[in-house]
Amino acid sequence: MTRAIIGYGGTDRGPVGARADMTTDLAGIELPSPILTASGCAASGKELDAYFDITAIGGVITKSIMLKPRAGRATPRMAETPSGMLNSIGLQGPGIEAFIEEDLAWLESRGARTIVSIAGETVDEYGKLAQKLRNVGGFEALEVNISCPNVDDRGLVFACNPDSAAAVIQAVRRNSDGRTPIFAKLSPDVTSIVEIAESVVRAGAAGVTLINTLLGMVIDTGTMRPALAGLTGGLSGPAIRPVAVRCIFQVRQAFPSLPIIGAGGVRTGNDALEFLLAGASAVSVGTSIFNDPSAPMRIHDELARLVAERGFARVSDIVGHAHRERDAIVTEAQADPVESPEGAPASDPDDELSAWDFVRE
Amino acid sequence: MPHQVMGEALDVRRAGSYFVLSLTAPGISEDARPGQFVTVAIGGLESSMLLRRAFAIHRVQSRGVYGGTLEIAVSPHGLGSRWLTERRRHDQLSIVGPLGKPFSIPSRRVSCVLVGGGYGSAPLFMLAEHLRDNGCRVDVLIGASTEEKLFGVLDLKRLSSSITVTTEDGSSGETGRVTDRLAELIDRSSADIVYACGPMGMLSAISAITAKRRVFTQCSVEESMACGIGVCMTCVLPVIGDDGVTRMVRSCVEGPTMRGDRVRWADVGTIPADAWGAAEAP
Ligand SMILES: Cc1cc2nc3c(=O)[nH]c(=O)nc-3n(C[C@H](O)[C@H](O)[C@H](O)COP(=O)(O)OP(=O)(O)OC[C@H]3O[C@@H](n4cnc5c(N)ncnc54)[C@H](O)[C@@H]3O)c2cc1C
Ligand SMILES: Cc1cc2nc3c(=O)[nH]c(=O)nc-3n(C[C@H](O)[C@H](O)[C@H](O)COP(=O)(O)O)c2cc1C
Ligand code: FES
Repeated sequence: MTRAIIGYGGTDRGPVGARADMTTDLAGIELPSPILTASGCAASGKELDAYFDITAIGGVITKSIMLKPRAGRATPRMAETPSGMLNSIGLQGPGIEAFIEEDLAWLESRGARTIVSIAGETVDEYGKLAQKLRNVGGFEALEVNISCPNVDDRGLVFACNPDSAAAVIQAVRRNSDGRTPIFAKLSPDVTSIVEIAESVVRAGAAGVTLINTLLGMVIDTGTMRPALAGLTGGLSGPAIRPVAVRCIFQVRQAFPSLPIIGAGGVRTGNDALEFLLAGASAVSVGTSIFNDPSAPMRIHDELARLVAERGFARVSDIVGHAHRERDAIVTEAQADPVESPEGAPASDPDDELSAWDFVRE
Repeated sequence: MPHQVMGEALDVRRAGSYFVLSLTAPGISEDARPGQFVTVAIGGLESSMLLRRAFAIHRVQSRGVYGGTLEIAVSPHGLGSRWLTERRRHDQLSIVGPLGKPFSIPSRRVSCVLVGGGYGSAPLFMLAEHLRDNGCRVDVLIGASTEEKLFGVLDLKRLSSSITVTTEDGSSGETGRVTDRLAELIDRSSADIVYACGPMGMLSAISAITAKRRVFTQCSVEESMACGIGVCMTCVLPVIGDDGVTRMVRSCVEGPTMRGDRVRWADVGTIPADAWGAAEAP
C-alpha cells in the first residue's frame, strides 16, 4: 500500500485507541471539537469539504468579510519563509451581501458550525457589518478582525491601540443581538497583549482569538527588491507558534476564565495540545491547511488520542493545565494578574477556581 | 473531485535539464484530465518548507502493475523542486490532485495548434492524445532558450501531424522563439484553436497573435500558489468575465487553463483600477 506517513495521506485516520471526549464549550457555544479552521485559510469551508467532513470538526472561521466587494492587494501576495510564510492578500472578498447569500447559506445548509469574521476600515463599518449579520443568523459567533488599518487614525492598526480596539468591539456589540458571543482577534505586534485583551473585554468581547499574523518582510536577493508587491506581509505558520503560546499563556494568566481561541502555527495534535495547556479553549488551524488540506481533521484525531493518553477523559479538562503551578515563566510585573474588568467573565469566582486551582488527582 | 494520497516514487529519470518523476497516485491518475495539476508536499510533517509545489500532470496510467500512476516533469529551480529531483525509488510523497480546470476539448473535429515553452510542453502530451482520439488535427510548436530545456520533442512528434521546434540559441530546430513561428503555423494548419502552456510572457505574446487572427486560445497560466485548492487567494490574476467585468480570479481553481483573450496580461501583478472591488481612486 502507498500510505506511510501516518495521517499525511488525507483519509488515513491513524490507529484506533482511547480518545478523549472532544466536546468543547466556547463562550457558551457547544462544539463537537475544539479544532476550528483559521480565518483566511479555509475560505468558507466549501473547498475543504472535499478533503474531510467539515461538520466533524468544531467549526469554520470564515475569511474576514468587509462591507463592500474588495479586490485585495497586487501580486505576488506570498513568500515562503522558514517554517512559515508571508501573505499580503489585502482581504480580497465578495462583500457582506454576497457572503450572506452564498457562503453563509452554504455553510448553514451543510450543517457546519460557523464563526463569521468581519473586518473594516472604520469603527462605523464594523458596526454596519454587525447590523447586517444581526438578523441573518446561521452562525455561532462573531470574530472581529481588528488587525486592519484604521483610516480615521492615519492607518494605524486598530489592534495596536487599546482605545481603537475597544471602540470597534463596542460598535459591534451595540449592533449585534447581545447573545452571539463576540471574539476580538488580537495582533501580537503590541507591547502588551494583556493590555489590549483587557480593553476589548471591557468593551464587551466574550473572548479573544490569539494571534493574528506578525508583520514581516522578505527581500528577494535575486531581484534585490521586496518579494511581496505590498512590501510587507503577515507572518504565519509554525515559525510563530511560540509567540502564540506566549500570548495565550499571558492572557490566560491575566483572565483565567476568558474564552480563548488559539491560532498560530498549529500543525499537529501535539501543537494543539500545547495551546490548550496554555489556556486556549479552542484552536484554529490556518497555514498548515496549505501543507495538508485535511490537517484540521488529522489534528482533531491526534489531539483526542494525546489528551486520553495523559489520563484526561475530556479535552475541556486539560485547558489551562500548564498554569497549575505558578511557575515564574514570565516576568514579575507581568505575572501579577491584571484586575479583572467589571462584567468580564473572570469575575465569576467559581470559574477562577476551576481555572487556577484545578489539580488532577 | 480532488484526492489527497500518499504516493510512492517509482522512477526518477533525467530528460535534458528536467527530471521526470513517476509516482503512484491512486485515484488521482484515474480522474486526471489534460491541463490539470497536482501539488506535492516537500518533506514530511516536520518540513520547514510548508508550501506544496505545483506541477502539471504530464502523463497518467490508470491501470498497471502499480495501479494508478502519474508522471510530472520537474525543473530544478529552488530548494523544493531540487528536493523532489533527489527522490529515490520507494520514497513516499504526499500528493493532492487532480487540481484546477482542465483544458476544454472541442466537440467537433477541428484543427489544433499546441504551443509549449520549456517544461510547458509537459501537459500537452495528455492533451494531444485526447485531441487525436477525438479526431482533431494536432500541430505542435515547442521552444526553449536552448536544446537542454526542450521537453519531450520525440514523443510529441509521434502524437502530432507536425512539430516545429525553436531555440533562442539555435542549438536545436529553428533559431528564435515560438512566437516567431506561430502565425505561419496557424495559417498553414488552418487552426481553429490554440492551446498554450509556458512562461507568462510567452502566453501574453501568443494571446496577442491569436487575438489578431481571431483564433480561440486557451492558456495554462503559472502564478505563485500557497494552497493550490482555492482557500488562500494568493494566486489571483485579472480576468475579464462573461459580463465584461474584470475580477481578480484564483488561477488554482478557475485556472490554470484560461481563455487567452480574457486574461489582462499587461495588468498581471496589479489590481487594475476598474477591477471589481478595486479601491476607489483617492
Ligand atoms: C499550475 C502550475 C503548474 C506548474 N507546472 C510545473 C511543471 O510541470 N514543471 C515544473 O518544473 N514546474 C511547474 N510549475 C512551477 C513550480 O511549481 C515551481 O517551479 C516550484 O513551485 C518552485 O519551487 P522551489 O521550491 O523549487 O522554488 P522556490 O522559489 O524556493 O519556491 C518558493 C515558493 O514559491 C513558489 N513558487 C516559486 N516559483 C514558482 C512558480 N514558477 N510557479 C508557482 N509557484 C512558484 C513555490 O511553490 C514555493 O511556495 C508549475 C506551477 C504552477 C502554478
Ligand atoms: C493567506 C492567509 C490569509 C489570512 N487571512 C486572514 C483574515 O482574513 N482574517 C484574519 O483574521 N486572519 C487572517 N489570517 C491569519 C490567520 O487566521 C491566523 O491568525 C494566522 O495565520 C496564524 O495562524 P496559522 O499560523 O495557523 O496560519 C490569514 C492568514 C493567512 C496565511
Ligand atoms: S493558491 Fe490558494 S487560492 Fe489559489
